[in-house]
Amino acid sequence: MSPRAVNPPVPAATDPALIRNFCIIAHIDHGKSTLADRMLQITGIVSDRDMRAQYLDRMDIERERGITIKSQAVRMPWAVADESGRDVAYALNMIDTPGHVDFSYEVSRSLAACEGAILLVDAAQGIEAQTLANLYLALENDLEIIPVLNKIDLPAAEPEKYARELADLIGGSPDDVMKVSGKTGLGVEALLDRVVQRIPAPVGDADAPPRAMIFDSVYDSYRGVVTYVRMVDGQLNPRERIQMMSTKATHEILEIGVSAPEPTPSKGLGVGEVGYLITGVKDVRQSKVGDTVTTAVKPAAEALDGYTEPLPMVFSGLYPIDGSDYPELREALDKLKLSDAALVYEPETSVALGFGFRAGFLGLLHLEIVTERLRREFGLDIIATAPSVVYEVTTEDKKTVTVTNPSEFPTGAKIAEVREPMVKAAILAPKDYVGTIMELCQSRRGTLLGMEYLGEDRVEIRYDMPLGEIVFDFFDQLKSKTAGYASLDYEPSGDQAADLVKVDILLQGEQVDAFSAIVHRDKAYAYGVLMTGRLRELIPRQQFEVPIQAAIGARIIARESIRAMRKDVLAKCYGGDISRKRKLLEKQKEGKKRMKMVGRVEVPQEAFIAALSGDTESKDSKKK
Amino acid sequence: MAGPLPIGDPAPSDGLLPAQAVDGAAERALGLYVHVPFCRVRCGYCDFNTYTATELRGVAQADYAAQAIGELRFGAAALEASGLPPRELGTVFFGGGTPTLLPAAQLVEMLAVARREFGIRPGAEVTTEANPDSVDAAYLAELRDGGFTRVSFGMQSAVSSVLATLDRTHDPERVPLVVAWAREAGLDVSLDLIYSTPGERLADWRTSLEAAIAASPDHLSAYSLIVEDGTKLARQVRRGELAAPDDDLAADMYELADELLAEAGFGWYEVSNWARGDEHRSRHNLGYWRGDDWWGVGPGAHSHVGGVRWWNAKHPAAYADRIAAGVSPAVGRETLDAATRETERVLLGTRIREGLEIATLPESGRAAVAGLIADELVEPKAALGGRLTLTRRGRLLADAVVRRLLD
Repeated sequence: MSPRAVNPPVPAATDPALIRNFCIIAHIDHGKSTLADRMLQITGIVSDRDMRAQYLDRMDIERERGITIKSQAVRMPWAVADESGRDVAYALNMIDTPGHVDFSYEVSRSLAACEGAILLVDAAQGIEAQTLANLYLALENDLEIIPVLNKIDLPAAEPEKYARELADLIGGSPDDVMKVSGKTGLGVEALLDRVVQRIPAPVGDADAPPRAMIFDSVYDSYRGVVTYVRMVDGQLNPRERIQMMSTKATHEILEIGVSAPEPTPSKGLGVGEVGYLITGVKDVRQSKVGDTVTTAVKPAAEALDGYTEPLPMVFSGLYPIDGSDYPELREALDKLKLSDAALVYEPETSVALGFGFRAGFLGLLHLEIVTERLRREFGLDIIATAPSVVYEVTTEDKKTVTVTNPSEFPTGAKIAEVREPMVKAAILAPKDYVGTIMELCQSRRGTLLGMEYLGEDRVEIRYDMPLGEIVFDFFDQLKSKTAGYASLDYEPSGDQAADLVKVDILLQGEQVDAFSAIVHRDKAYAYGVLMTGRLRELIPRQQFEVPIQAAIGARIIARESIRAMRKDVLAKCYGGDISRKRKLLEKQKEGKKRMKMVGRVEVPQEAFIAALSGDTESKDSKKK
Repeated sequence: MAGPLPIGDPAPSDGLLPAQAVDGAAERALGLYVHVPFCRVRCGYCDFNTYTATELRGVAQADYAAQAIGELRFGAAALEASGLPPRELGTVFFGGGTPTLLPAAQLVEMLAVARREFGIRPGAEVTTEANPDSVDAAYLAELRDGGFTRVSFGMQSAVSSVLATLDRTHDPERVPLVVAWAREAGLDVSLDLIYSTPGERLADWRTSLEAAIAASPDHLSAYSLIVEDGTKLARQVRRGELAAPDDDLAADMYELADELLAEAGFGWYEVSNWARGDEHRSRHNLGYWRGDDWWGVGPGAHSHVGGVRWWNAKHPAAYADRIAAGVSPAVGRETLDAATRETERVLLGTRIREGLEIATLPESGRAAVAGLIADELVEPKAALGGRLTLTRRGRLLADAVVRRLLD
């Protein structure tokens, strides 16, 4: 019950029985960071004077978007009276988990580092799809769940209703659901007590060779990679040589410690403890999430379970808007890679966009975060081509090609089969939107798997859907059709054969690679009409008529044309006009350098960019 | 003389020219342009350097001729001091503004000073621009007696609604009358027309062309209206009060003009100019396109001598101050290097029918010719004969042709 523990347990000398490792599972705007802020304050490790909102979120993007991308662990002291009434000081390790489905692997590793989880739900909104997904993962990891309703100070809060919803979901009584306000601090002390009482202490073999699971790996430009670990067995000490069990690479521990919440060096980390290691490596790939750290001298025989390599699901071409920024883009990606183990890329050339990179991402949010970081942290203007997924294409001569870019789609040979990745999507929304959502999912080739009411007015709708349909603005559509109420979660669920074709866009007979897309045959015409229409609006008239066609192989499915320009001449060119005319000509020649040539057609780079980003439609709607 | 002045180097106050200007000067013709920066009303489309007040910051219209004469004397002395050989003027052109707002005697006096300072070649072309409503028979006769040989009337249109949009105040009925007076006075006559005015239909344009042809001038210019930034017209278009000119309609109008004028015996010799026979071409304007030398007198006037271009202070009061102080009225100039002169030669030479000699083009330009023939932008016959002459379609796309030649 004491807000400030008097004799906090010391790292490397803490009885595992006094350790509680937990995380907070919450939807993006349900107040996780605010609750964490209050815990830091109430346990006294951040003084009121040093407190700032969302203390633990490191990246600007996180703070602005109110979501946590990278996790972090904080050690907090908390004292609770035992049966005899004596205060016993515990060490609580709060492990912050990424909230988004794109990072589900990172989430699963963070969960594996805990014995319990606070399930945090907005008392005015109820549980959302992502939260359900993470709750499911937490139960799979046998975590003790503490259900909590947050924001009970809000006028719109309906704690009774959502307490019933939570109790229905995880069992138990609605009365067991705790009610807090991260904003005012109401109920937070009781919650910390509950963490001590309910969440089991970690168990491990103190005498065995050390085994620590990496649940996060962060690049710091001053200190190199900071590796966050959860000790399972044994102990790690400063200056010790450690080994990464997946690669057998060894490093020396330059610093070991705990976050409190600023990095605080310790004499080591023992069984059940959570902390960080610094070895001087410069690339997060040398310190992979899920890997097991052991000692080099007497390594453990077996690694901990659950390590997998991150697998990119979504691909997109990244191009600098100014072609001369290409070397800067390469440098920026090389730097981002240091802190983002899931980012993969290789050089790519496009007729329309010049030199760039084909990059693979865990999902759409990951793509968005990377492009945003390139813009913000590196000041680069870039364009990302329409996201694509991984297709397996088998030709009739029994060759199978993995296609991550429409340009790799086999041409010439007859296609026997195209397989596309599938996902199980779960959408949570108020029941009034069920019809709209089902319509949208059907139009995206979804197969209804089931539907379940959560409480009285909210429904979880589950669909089997092609990932390719989700990456193409599905989420935006879902949000706009449900006034923002629906939430989406999905997980990979194998693949399926589908009638997919590659639609090419041709300018005066020349293919424009950036606009090729792999789409379902039934959607090919709509895509063709959309893109040819956009390009007709955006490409300036030339000295000749320019046909714009959409084609599947040699078959034209849609056609537009840009009429020839008839007039391009300055009417008057006398004495004083000559300098002006010449300067205009020089400017036009300069402008031409920024033009991309597709055959004989000059296309301003901006036109390609606008066509890719769909700016034409938004401009039209503004006009109206 | 449209738009803001270019950005260049400072011009020396003594007006002396670098040695480059002297090279080959004896072979180049010398012209004189005199700008008269006054109008009775300002037309909505016009961005020329002109003023409607009779007095500007203490400078009166009535004093203008004396200032221009000051620059004539300064110019003749500066050319001589720069080491240029003495050359008589082959052409003189009074433009504006509205030169005929000044009394005929003042125009004649300025011309007389030019004759004294530079000399005027026998058979020289001496033109003034005029508004149909600013001259009468006596005025025109006085000009002829003073040495003028040619008058160019700003007819613009024969359709009242189009003239109203352009803010032109003259009565279209007056045009045949002033043309007849000029002819009686023994002057060559040119008419200026404007097409693609907002609201103007193809039929209106035909009416104007037919009226112009019926007035029987020796020469015609037809300019597609340009909506220049900063003009009243630009504001009207921006506010949606007038439709922006449509390039396709403008192209139709150009084609109609070229057809009707050809039928009436006028041949094109520059993108926007037609003449009844070569002897009626504007020799002064040809000088601009052939890269000849000319001295431009007056506020905002541009000059060119041997690849050196300069331009005068734009405001009449600033101009007057400099003339009074005995320093060059030029406020900026540029000395073109060989590559830039070549660019200008191509961009100007492409516009005229006599055209560029293909052999003189850089290799990349010569390589572009076949494509230009294929695209029906240049005359194949002329090209086979070694000259680059634009087709009608090519004239409408002349700027694009220039870009391809210089690529």
